[in-house]
Amino acid sequence: MKPPAAKPATPRTRAIRVVPPSGPTAWLTSFTAAAMTFLCVFALSLSLASDRLANRWSEALARTATIRLSAPAEQVALQTEAILATLASTPGIKSFRAIDDAETRALLEPWFGPDLPIEDLPIPKLFEVIEDVPGYDSEGLRQRLTAEAPGAVLDDHTRWRRPLAEAAARIRLLGLLSIALIGATMAAMITLAARAALATNAEVIRVLRLVGAKDSYIARAFVRRFTLRAFSGATIGAVAGLAGVFALPAADAAGGFLTGLGFTGLSWFWPAALPPIAAIVAFFATRRAAFQKLKELT
Amino acid sequence: MIAFENVAYSYSGGELLSDVSLHLAPGSFHFLTGPSGSGKSTFLKLAYAELRPTSGRVTLFDRDVTSLTRDDIARTRRRIGIVHQDCKFLDHLSLSANMALPFTVSDRESDPRDLDELLSWVGLRHLADSLPPQLSGGERQRAALARAVIVDPDVIMADEPTGNVDWEMSLRILTLLVELNRMGKTIVVATHDLNLIRQAKAQVPARVLRIAKRRVQLAGADL
Repeated sequence: MKPPAAKPATPRTRAIRVVPPSGPTAWLTSFTAAAMTFLCVFALSLSLASDRLANRWSEALARTATIRLSAPAEQVALQTEAILATLASTPGIKSFRAIDDAETRALLEPWFGPDLPIEDLPIPKLFEVIEDVPGYDSEGLRQRLTAEAPGAVLDDHTRWRRPLAEAAARIRLLGLLSIALIGATMAAMITLAARAALATNAEVIRVLRLVGAKDSYIARAFVRRFTLRAFSGATIGAVAGLAGVFALPAADAAGGFLTGLGFTGLSWFWPAALPPIAAIVAFFATRRAAFQKLKELT
Repeated sequence: MIAFENVAYSYSGGELLSDVSLHLAPGSFHFLTGPSGSGKSTFLKLAYAELRPTSGRVTLFDRDVTSLTRDDIARTRRRIGIVHQDCKFLDHLSLSANMALPFTVSDRESDPRDLDELLSWVGLRHLADSLPPQLSGGERQRAALARAVIVDPDVIMADEPTGNVDWEMSLRILTLLVELNRMGKTIVVATHDLNLIRQAKAQVPARVLRIAKRRVQLAGADL
């Protein structure tokens, strides 16, 4: 008898076979990954929608400001001059103009009708200010206006914008937090499943160690299995989640918040990235569990 | 090759082995004997680094076992063929896949012809595709021996290899071990079967280590 010669094996197929098939528990890992990814698609869509909403509000409102002048009739001309002079000397303003009576009337027409005798009413004089990049110092401008034209009120829309932007940012934060929690839960569940599989196969691991298997070899067999299960489960979950998002009514231009749930442009990349991310999470969770468990066995 | 220096091993219950000093030379044939529970398996486990001594020093292939990492131990096991008392197969794999396992786990592939030859040597060629639970005790022991030698190890350690088989099968297994020793392998066999030891002494210059009162002593020729 002579010892057999050895040649390199294809380790890919080998590593799987040494661990016996695990039956119905395998489905639990896939199911968990699918359910978590499904939830993750919605959390993502919520985050992205609130992000878009916040940007839309901020952009639309941030670029412009209004100055309202309410002054006694004889003061109007004087203070108008003062306001225009102040604006002209303020850095960070791209353009500004006084809104003339015809335009003011047009603005009021939807509320008061076309026959409004605007000349007889104490309608404030309005100025439109368009911000430059970088913008102006609104607090400084406000103070200078108070000094130069006591009847002028600067409205830079912060009042409207801030709570809306804050709400949107908070929703986005909640969405991201949910995604993080979903990811952590999936990692925890896969760790538990992997630990259970390792415990069930303790005898197999003992045999493998006895014949000279390194920890990395044994871990690979488990890691590969759980990574593939998580990936396939997450793919199903992502497809189901996207189908759910598709089933929502289309977002119209007016962009109500609820109808804005969905993906646009590059954001389609995110749900597509979920299965690989799930696989990576499973990979590291199983690997960690495997090396921890293997250290307990000799 | 394998050296023990003042080795002691204690479980939580108390000391099992103490003050063990010996040296297993390459090409030697040793029997390890003693009553059940005297520490034969523990001695072997210390020798293949499954257990670490609680005091003293075990040296495997000129390396102190306490300095070995888990990967070093895995590599060392590829130079030691172990025939475990209860064989330890993977029950979901065929006999031939089990035999090739030491190659598989080191990412190598065995030559099927060599595997055939090895199966014929232990007389199990016709059972190559059977699953381990379908084999008899003697068949399992021979298969375990074949698996132990497949990677051409320097040392073969067998723990009660004839424990579950009849006398005829014991002699067959002994013959296989003697053949391996003649090929230059170092052999350590733990057994309580004194007839087997006598039978072996007729064929090879085997030495007997006896465990008594927690010590391992070299027994005289008077066995």
